[in-house]
Amino acid sequence: MIAGQLKPEQFDGYPPEAKRLATSHIALLRQLPLGFLPLLLKELIVYDWKFPAERKELDKQFTYLASLSPAQFDREMSSFSGLRLSPELENFDWINKPGIFSEQLSAHLWATHQIDTFRAAAVGYVHKVNASERHEPLPLPRLGIVLVGRGVTASKHPLFRKLRPQGVYFKQVNADNAHKQLMELLDERAQAHPLAFGHWYIDGSTSDTQFHSGVTCVSYASLQSVRTVLVDKIEKAYESGMGSEALRTMLAEMRPEALGSKALSGDLILDRFQISLLTEGSGTQIYSTTFVQWAAREALRRAQPLTLFARFAPRQRERSMKEVLAGTLLTPGLDPEGSLIDADMGAYYTWLNQQRLSGSGESRFLVWFEDHNEVLAIGPEVARGAELDRPIVFEEILKQIA
Amino acid sequence: MRTATGAAAAGSLFGLAPLRAHALPKGRKAVVVTFGGGARDEETFMPEGQENIPHLLNELIPRATFFTQVVNRGILGHYVATASLATGVYETFNNFAAVPPDNPTVFEYFRKDLKRPAFDTWVVAPSNGFNRIGESDNRSYGAGLGAGVILPKRLLASALAPGEGNKYDHLLRDNYETPLYAPQLSGNGIELHELAEVMKLSVADFVVHAKTLDSPDELSVYIARQLMRQLAPSLLWITLHDIDVAHAGAYSLYINGIQRSDRLCAEIWRAIESEPEYAGKTTMFILPDFGRDSDTDAGGNGFQHHRTGDQLSRTTWMMVLGPGIRENVVVDRPVQSTDLVPTLGGLFGFQAKFSQGRPLTEVL
Repeated sequence: MIAGQLKPEQFDGYPPEAKRLATSHIALLRQLPLGFLPLLLKELIVYDWKFPAERKELDKQFTYLASLSPAQFDREMSSFSGLRLSPELENFDWINKPGIFSEQLSAHLWATHQIDTFRAAAVGYVHKVNASERHEPLPLPRLGIVLVGRGVTASKHPLFRKLRPQGVYFKQVNADNAHKQLMELLDERAQAHPLAFGHWYIDGSTSDTQFHSGVTCVSYASLQSVRTVLVDKIEKAYESGMGSEALRTMLAEMRPEALGSKALSGDLILDRFQISLLTEGSGTQIYSTTFVQWAAREALRRAQPLTLFARFAPRQRERSMKEVLAGTLLTPGLDPEGSLIDADMGAYYTWLNQQRLSGSGESRFLVWFEDHNEVLAIGPEVARGAELDRPIVFEEILKQIA
Repeated sequence: MRTATGAAAAGSLFGLAPLRAHALPKGRKAVVVTFGGGARDEETFMPEGQENIPHLLNELIPRATFFTQVVNRGILGHYVATASLATGVYETFNNFAAVPPDNPTVFEYFRKDLKRPAFDTWVVAPSNGFNRIGESDNRSYGAGLGAGVILPKRLLASALAPGEGNKYDHLLRDNYETPLYAPQLSGNGIELHELAEVMKLSVADFVVHAKTLDSPDELSVYIARQLMRQLAPSLLWITLHDIDVAHAGAYSLYINGIQRSDRLCAEIWRAIESEPEYAGKTTMFILPDFGRDSDTDAGGNGFQHHRTGDQLSRTTWMMVLGPGIRENVVVDRPVQSTDLVPTLGGLFGFQAKFSQGRPLTEVL
């Protein structure tokens, strides 16, 4: 298939909104090189299940590409046009299976030592697309809240080492009612600034808190049945001798209904998102700490929320070889101390991912060692690289960042 | 050690002596330890990571020449990258396929050029995917000229009682990049019945010992030590893999893997120093196959994977120690991971004809 010969009816297999977008931009699509077009289609084919912010991002790409003069367009695409593709890739059904094409393209680029060229071209393209947009001011600064260390009674692990240079490390916080205050803060922000998928709560255990409408909730426990079905399918694939690449494809194409989850949340977009956390994430099926970190990353990257509240919980313990061989501990216990270390790094990654979004200069961030008196706060009004040893009540810290 | 304790007599009863390698000129030996799960500088030699590697830092580095920039320009998948380390060529085969390297391995150069017997070079590798790493399909080398390959986890699975295997499936899932990986095995990997014959290790003893260990890498080092005692190969290659648990996304487990690798490297060095066949004539190379993604690259997820191809994921380190190696020396110039094979060639006196790398003169 040659891009220049694309016809509208070739997008009949696309969901309605994706098809509308493809056919309305078909003249543009016909001009794109094969080292680029299927990657755009990979995003386009799932347009109907994308968050509003993601749709805006894709729309922005079409606007940017359409705005280029012929000479600019050729220059922008030259690195992608220069990629040497194999006949197998050229003949692949990249219109209907752009995801599989993307995986095969990636393997081909690594094997032919073109990955660095591709990477540089892709990074340059994204920068230019982003630079082409005038960012509207946010209705309120973004706020990230992370709770770590649930279930840990005492720890010698030095917390927040990677985040300390960015804010103030409060070491004697009176954190009575801190959890309640933070939940109320999330709820208040969602009420005051309603926005589809604009305010998130992610929990490594159960999400039993009742919010007013407007808070998107995801929890590890609520996906228990889906995880069980998924692990069973993986086991069966393993027994059948399925190769790893085929497995990845199988997982990537898995739909909620295939996992017995016709209605996880009642929202098709959110259901797709939750399934993707388990089918595209690595380790999210096994460790709740990985699940929370990855869910926070993906929520920030895709939905670009104004508020994200992530609460880590103890993950299951990794069994040693001798424990496995002894046949004991078939149901491993929890590892709160290890989970605290995971979550500490997860908090740092959540802050990094928040800072990749627009309005980063005004963003706020707070991480609390749950049920303990250690807090780290980051914000434009907060000092950087400071430590506070004197007692302080939690409300005072909230005032500095909220 | 066995000679010193009188065990050599028992060994000879079991036909051990004929399997021993003939002495090379000067009796030189080399042990290569790779981490088949990339480790980042941040968690190892950068100031914040040094707490994870007390043995490398305090025991081995003072005795080593340390290369601070070892760049891997190839595919960042563990099997293909380890194969590239072993051939000195950036191999381009599918990382998830059970195929031999395209180019001759260091083991083939070693055996063919130096006319070494099969039992003089061994690979102890973590997983099924590495079973073809011992020899290439290069026409001039290849079949019959490679190293023996031992996959301890596979041996363990074979040794367990029938029906028990399913309980230990996850131990066999040898590539953390995917939940599954079980390629069809072929090649010259050692099988269970050979374990007893080659290493004088009963299956029962092997299983009993395995049940005292915490991780597959500890099992690999146990097997390596058996090889050193029984066969004393001149070229021994050990690939550790526990670090690659990082793909599961749990930072504490990744750190545990680094700390265990650090401890095991020191154990291997102590074994070298304590085994009469090795002491004073063995050069040890330690290097990760590559790094992992940086925290700041939006395309990755930090330590979890090695998918971006960014500079951090491509750059790692190597330490070399042993007789004649300058101690406490740091080499800051960039070198490549493909330089390992020609360096081993310079050490042993073989010609790595197909290698793309260059001998590291600092350790020759």
